[in-house]
Amino acid sequence: MKRKAVIIGGGPAGLAAAVSLKDNGIEDVLILERGSSLGGILTQCIHNGFGLHTFKEELTGPEYAARFIEMAKERNVEALLNTMVVDISHDKVITCMSKDKGIFTIEAESVILAMGCRERPRGALNTPGYRPAGIYSAGTAQRFVNIEGKMPGKEVVILGSGDIGLIMARRMTLEGAKVKAVAEIMPYSGGLKRNIVQCLDDFGIPLKLSTTVVDIKGKDRVESVTLAKVDDKMTPIPGTEEVIPCDTLLLSCGLLPENELSDKMGVKLSPVTGGPIVDESLNTNIPGVFACGNVLHVHDLVDYVSEEATLAGKFAAEYIKEGERPINGPEFKIETGKGVRYTVPVTVHPDRAPELTTVRFRVGNVYKDPEICVYMGDKCVLRRKKQICAPGEMEQVIIKKADLKNLKDGEKIVVCLENVL
Amino acid sequence: MESKTLTCINCPMGCQVTITYEMKDGRINEETMTVTGNTCLRGKTYAISEVTNPVRTVTGTVGLSNRELRVVPVKTKTPVPKDKVPDVAKALADVKVEAPVHIGDVVIKNVCGTGSDIVITDNIE
Repeated sequence: MKRKAVIIGGGPAGLAAAVSLKDNGIEDVLILERGSSLGGILTQCIHNGFGLHTFKEELTGPEYAARFIEMAKERNVEALLNTMVVDISHDKVITCMSKDKGIFTIEAESVILAMGCRERPRGALNTPGYRPAGIYSAGTAQRFVNIEGKMPGKEVVILGSGDIGLIMARRMTLEGAKVKAVAEIMPYSGGLKRNIVQCLDDFGIPLKLSTTVVDIKGKDRVESVTLAKVDDKMTPIPGTEEVIPCDTLLLSCGLLPENELSDKMGVKLSPVTGGPIVDESLNTNIPGVFACGNVLHVHDLVDYVSEEATLAGKFAAEYIKEGERPINGPEFKIETGKGVRYTVPVTVHPDRAPELTTVRFRVGNVYKDPEICVYMGDKCVLRRKKQICAPGEMEQVIIKKADLKNLKDGEKIVVCLENVL
Repeated sequence: MESKTLTCINCPMGCQVTITYEMKDGRINEETMTVTGNTCLRGKTYAISEVTNPVRTVTGTVGLSNRELRVVPVKTKTPVPKDKVPDVAKALADVKVEAPVHIGDVVIKNVCGTGSDIVITDNIE
């Protein structure tokens, strides 16, 4: 089977990319989705706060997903559900399997990677203690509660203050559980401000910063966890231990882009984000293979996932219509300066770039009153004051094609923070 | 005069908004009120509403009588007073509806006397 555009994953990124491909004139668009419905993780994110940028109103996750599912339906986007992609070759032959069709292959002209991310599991945290029942990743608990209607426990401690952990602190509380504490190993929370206010402060749930789990007790079921303060090297400080009786420990310790397929097909990955290294067209190092959404880098707002995926769809449509676009002009790398951990995209082709290119990035620490700066060669082309920059909140700058055109061979683009220690 | 510092939740900025105010006849005296730290009008509106009438949208689930291991998400159609949040959550505990259900279907009218309806937020055929 030969197809024009094949999207791996039917979550928010995949759906927006599909809609965009159709809107940009590509008729043959196929979504491959391993789950039994479209919408991805949004279907279990039943809290509200989605869509403020995209739809100018506050929606819940399933409502936001439904809008895009509707748009995809209106445009006759084809989707194969319950279909697992097991391999993609370097020349874009996709091997999938499903209960109905068995194992089959699809030759794609363009592939859009939209597989999203997964949670960092306990095994990756080196948490000591027994391995009793009652330890779940926050997203797993979210699925139990919000989809299946089952509560994983009654007395809960949450390790990690990522957004899903914060959301679950409120959710479990409203369902009658007692959430005793949220422990965060860093001196600041990785979650959004609004979630700290509405999910913890509103319910009087303590957020213990610079604190981690040093022991889990209980043989069959969790009986208690021991928290301890950590020093600036994140080593537990003896004498600060606090035993909290509980039956459940939720882990909200970060999300990892799910790139086994990308890696296997030869897509180059960033060691910082764990996602593909892309240019301004969201093209990976393999021509015609694009990436968007949480598989590219973990986002905090779905609105930006949709925006990014819409762009990926547009660039993929151009690729399909024009064939492999030769890059005549030079390629420039966007380097990270002080305070900036990574950027997406990583490279830019001034000849091919749209009038405006959004560069998204994260900072490595909490910075008060920083200035976000973009340098092209020696010239500062953008300087913007911020009240605060924090690792939990993605930042962006918009660079102009006109500025890119002024770059000379060998010059670099640098995104950095200034006015910081 | 009373003073409260709040984290504005209208957008990811999370501005630290400080409102200094005095109450007059159960309302904020807007003439003497000062709001600082906000970077847009929404921050000011938020600070005023948080000290006079804080509201929240409650989200949760209700059961499906004809599905195994599947509940359906719901929300209050409009935000409800913050102190009613636990009552609204409890009101959802034993409610069951029958599939198919669709976004916007009303499950409970005027939940806990808040004037807001509980509506379905996902489509289940």
